[in-house]
Amino acid sequence: MNRHALSTRLWHWANAVCLVVLFLSGLNISNAHPWLYWGHWGFAPEQAWLHLPRFPGWMTIPGHYSLAGARLWHLFVAWPFAVGLLLFMLAALVNGHFRRDLALRRGEWRWQAIRADVAEHLRGHFAREGAKFNLLQKLAYGLVIFLALPLMILTGLAMSPGMDANWPVLVDLFGGRQSARSLHFLTAWGLAGFLLLHLVLVLLSGPGRQVRDMITGGRV
Amino acid sequence: MTGPLPRRGVLAGLAALVVAGCSRIAASGPGASLLGAVEGWNRGLHDWLGRRTSLAREFSLEDISPTFRGNGTVAPDGAFYRHHRDTGFRLWTLTVTGLVERPLALTLDQLRAMPQRTQITRHDCVEGWSAIGQWSGVPLTHILHLAGLKPEARYIVFRCADTMGDAPYYESIDLIDAFHPQTLVAHSLNGAPLPVENGAPLRMRIERQLGYKHAKYVHTVEAVASLAGIGRGKGGYWEDRAGYQWYAGI
Repeated sequence: MNRHALSTRLWHWANAVCLVVLFLSGLNISNAHPWLYWGHWGFAPEQAWLHLPRFPGWMTIPGHYSLAGARLWHLFVAWPFAVGLLLFMLAALVNGHFRRDLALRRGEWRWQAIRADVAEHLRGHFAREGAKFNLLQKLAYGLVIFLALPLMILTGLAMSPGMDANWPVLVDLFGGRQSARSLHFLTAWGLAGFLLLHLVLVLLSGPGRQVRDMITGGRV
Repeated sequence: MTGPLPRRGVLAGLAALVVAGCSRIAASGPGASLLGAVEGWNRGLHDWLGRRTSLAREFSLEDISPTFRGNGTVAPDGAFYRHHRDTGFRLWTLTVTGLVERPLALTLDQLRAMPQRTQITRHDCVEGWSAIGQWSGVPLTHILHLAGLKPEARYIVFRCADTMGDAPYYESIDLIDAFHPQTLVAHSLNGAPLPVENGAPLRMRIERQLGYKHAKYVHTVEAVASLAGIGRGKGGYWEDRAGYQWYAGI
């Protein structure tokens, strides 16, 4: 049996490309108005809860300030990102990936087990007997797949005035369009943090085998 | 792993690589047309997920933001506009022309005597900010019924008195938006005549689309069969110059 299902591998790499392009084009969009607000409205620095830095050209798509160009990239790649997530979720439901590997077991919620997991992690031991993921990994992947990624889609849709007219519940869910925009930004950086941690942990746990298995499928 | 990797440098290098790659794709013919097709997909998704005729949310008086930010042109230059501004816009007329049965020239007093609509809506700028204001004006649908659209009319073009750089501002919408009940030729903001920075004496409200569609300083409403030949043919000042999407519902 493969360590990673084909659907998981395809999604992993497609999603990685999508997230990077979405993040870098998003930073270009952020440069258009680098202030964040809560609630329905906000348009001036003195109303902002966060003043953002200007993100330099080497980390934005396009590489120079272009709100129109960045929006084209962002709104284009949002499609494979959203459709890909949906297809991956369906596949992982059908092939049992979620139930087998991500669902939390009762024993894992015990305080002692959590402490032991954290201690093992800090010592650099990531493998867990008899299961693919330990508790921290399940929590991290679970939060990303079921919370952060869907939140990016929903907060993104909530910023669209055309969507808002048809689905006002989107705006209400987040307490206003500007709140949705703030959450979109925060979640994006949360995902960037996850990506960084993910890369560091891959580097610490035999990067050659990890990358190869995510391409070829690997053996259990 | 042996020795510290300059991680920051590696990440920056990777980001730069992606940025450069994307620029090359966008500059290529197929890449550009793929990116251009996205507007159609998004509009299709909006049509599929909801109706283009549904109403934008209307807020209550206490939701109105303390001020309403002016953006783009906030003080039009040019003798034509200055003259009208200095005379209190008394002789300003809204010309209704193009593919209509009965061309019109409406004064502000005539517009104020027509059926009115007042709505408190959220204005979303493409840059990301939002403001809430109360708009009063004449539903465009009323004016179009008075003028009588010819059957070949497909778009409504708004021509403006402000010039940005080399050309006058203009915008356009399709007939779904033109006959939408919240599409107004607005003359008032928060109960007072429009301030100059918000488009005095007349501006469009195209609720459910981004701010650049809401043409300010409007002097002419023109019904056309095609957007080709108007400006540079993409349906609006920013669409022509910066590549903003003509459908700005997203």
